[in-house]
Amino acid sequence: MPTLWFCITAVMVAVYVVLDGFDLGAGAIYLFVSRTDDERRKVIRSIGPVWDGNEVWLLAGGGVLYFTFPQLYASAFSGFYLALMMVLWMLMGRAIALEFRSHINTPVWKSLLDGVFAISSILLTIFLGAALGNVIRGVPIGPDKYFFLPLWTNFRVGANPGILDWYTILSGLCTAAALSLHGAHWVALKTDRDLQKRSRTAAAVLWPATLLLTILSGLATFTMHPWLLDNYKKFPPAYVLLLGVFICLGLMPWFRSKGKYLAAWYASALYLTLMLVAGIYALYPVILPATDPSRNLTVWNSVTSDYAMSIAIRWWIPGIILAVVYFVYIYRKFAGKVNLADGSDHGY
Amino acid sequence: MDSALLIHRLHFAFTVTFHYLFPQLTMGLAPLIVAFKTLALRTNNQKYNAAARFWAKIFGISFVMGVVTGIPMEFQFGTNWSHFSRFAGGVIGQTLAMEGTFAFFLESAFLGLFLYGEKRLSPKAHWFSGLLVFLGAWISGYFIVATDAWMQHPVAYTKLADGSVTLASFWGLVFNPWALWQYAHNMAGAGLTGAFVMMAVGAYYLLSRVHVDQAKLYVKTGVIAGFLFALLLVGPTGDGQGRNVAQSQPAALAGMEALFKSQQGAPLLLMGQPDAASGRIDNPLAVPKLLSLLAYRSWNADIKGLDAFPQDEWPQNIALLYYSYHIMVGLGIIFMLVMLIAGIQLLRKKLYDTRWLLWVLMLCAPLPYVANTAGWMTAELGRQPWLVYGLMRTAEGFSKTVTAGNAWFTMLGFLGMYTLLAILFLFLVYRELEHGPGVVAAAASKKGVRK
Repeated sequence: MPTLWFCITAVMVAVYVVLDGFDLGAGAIYLFVSRTDDERRKVIRSIGPVWDGNEVWLLAGGGVLYFTFPQLYASAFSGFYLALMMVLWMLMGRAIALEFRSHINTPVWKSLLDGVFAISSILLTIFLGAALGNVIRGVPIGPDKYFFLPLWTNFRVGANPGILDWYTILSGLCTAAALSLHGAHWVALKTDRDLQKRSRTAAAVLWPATLLLTILSGLATFTMHPWLLDNYKKFPPAYVLLLGVFICLGLMPWFRSKGKYLAAWYASALYLTLMLVAGIYALYPVILPATDPSRNLTVWNSVTSDYAMSIAIRWWIPGIILAVVYFVYIYRKFAGKVNLADGSDHGY
Repeated sequence: MDSALLIHRLHFAFTVTFHYLFPQLTMGLAPLIVAFKTLALRTNNQKYNAAARFWAKIFGISFVMGVVTGIPMEFQFGTNWSHFSRFAGGVIGQTLAMEGTFAFFLESAFLGLFLYGEKRLSPKAHWFSGLLVFLGAWISGYFIVATDAWMQHPVAYTKLADGSVTLASFWGLVFNPWALWQYAHNMAGAGLTGAFVMMAVGAYYLLSRVHVDQAKLYVKTGVIAGFLFALLLVGPTGDGQGRNVAQSQPAALAGMEALFKSQQGAPLLLMGQPDAASGRIDNPLAVPKLLSLLAYRSWNADIKGLDAFPQDEWPQNIALLYYSYHIMVGLGIIFMLVMLIAGIQLLRKKLYDTRWLLWVLMLCAPLPYVANTAGWMTAELGRQPWLVYGLMRTAEGFSKTVTAGNAWFTMLGFLGMYTLLAILFLFLVYRELEHGPGVVAAAASKKGVRK
């Protein structure tokens, strides 16, 4: 049962990364691909009706984590206190910029919110990656199962780590590149003419960066913690996950050169999913490694009761089916190229 | 009081109080907007669509504010109240996760469609997406109230070996008797905010002699809905919630009423300043025996005063609790009177010309916000010193690893951020009010108009 809920949480996080990933990525490349006000509105309109729903996957995943692994939720959230609060402020600034940009029609206001939107999007992609980096690197969990991480210490991954060190910054940059690439595929898919061309150029620049950073952070991960390969050695077919990561990477420029942006988007979505799954598979059954391995938080020592989990599966399954139905419906409704002319009078 | 505890409490109190200013308006406006959409479908009169479109803009601004200030709430359970989360996560995590799964997905998916998809949808589908947003907002409200209700009145749990609690009965948690009254009372309060804001905007337009047709519709709708919700607030829901408190949290009731001594036939204190240290009320104005009657339906019922409880189980801030409660109740009575007069004038068809009354209706707009805030303060201050009533004290629940210095850092960050948000909100709403509902005929005939 704990393993099932661990998988469910992992799936919800993966869906979150794939979905919010493209709207964050679109924000990250926003200033580089769109020049005129109409182009900027097109980028925003391509994510406008869906970004909030995408972000709900984070909240819903957080909620599931909360009741299935209360100890993990308590330890991790208080331990990463400063980073999470800054993430909150950036999420807030980004949402405000996105939603209220077109409410006031003056160039200064729009430029201001363009800046807020782009910078918070870029920082969020880096923080998201750094957060995953922290979960893989491990944290100094105390005997009472709690810890507190400063934003940085000496930027090394040793016994006294901070939220930012060379490893988590590397994974932050890798995620920033990958999500921007994912976002570039989305913008190319949803737009045409100059905007599409520039998104293609952005994707062409971001692809080698993503490849390089993926290799580097992969090597760094397995050199830092050789034990992360244990699950792979125990069950060698799992190496397929790592292979799949590179196959997806290889497919992206191929689809892009053929103008198949939807396929390229699916490739980057699958790449992100496989990266996450590969990492989570390597960790299992650990959910949050400790600098002292005897204090690792695992699916077994952070979990609530079986009753709570077995009852929850009964509402979670219909609930999530409903959510998927809404998403399919919404994405179909807003399918196709973004068109400024069909907006209602209070659109983006 | 330990300073880290104090700052963590302020942190949550400030962010949640600020947050709830926005959902109460969106939850209150949602049914009214759906009512306009329904009337538009039924009568094919475009003035209802114009009204729905105008209020959807206000709704949209408030909704965005509610979303951005709401995300920090779920986070803070873990960041600032980690010991509480570890203790109670196995129970209240369920209601919070259900809120995400059943309410947030629904709202977020269909709000975009409702706000930006009018031209892409048939009138019926657009009406339906509005209905789903309304449903999502009200479901969300239920799960949050159910979460709070468990902290007020813990049920359906069992203790685990490590001292934490976990769910023992799903339906017991979802249908916590406390939650039912609290939800009804809370939603009537939110409905009142929506109705009063709509009414006040209509009154403002009438007093300014602009958008007169729309303004009359807003005032009329606001008065009808406001009358209904004011009645529900005092009548069944306020009374039901009050008896919940009397039965399950007698110490909170004693604090709310500043009843220091247990007595039969306890009086209801209307005014006066309590002094917890000496157990005295300055300048009291009381109705004899009324409290006994209201709480237990008997003039001479025995009511426990604070002296019946050990001092370490008293709500810590008696004065603030007492004032919060009295402000809420006092405003509730004012709402009833204002709605009664406005209702009579509406029936006599004189409402739109009674300018002094329109002034009153306009100036009343902030009061439901005050009353709702005071109501929540009553509930949460009354629960003290418990975080989970009778099970965990507030002093045991905060994040021990997050120092006062770190909590101050983020508290100041939120203060700054929320000051900006408040200014922005008022400014954007003011712009929409100034812009007004627009010309009805144009909205009906033109398709594809854009700024």
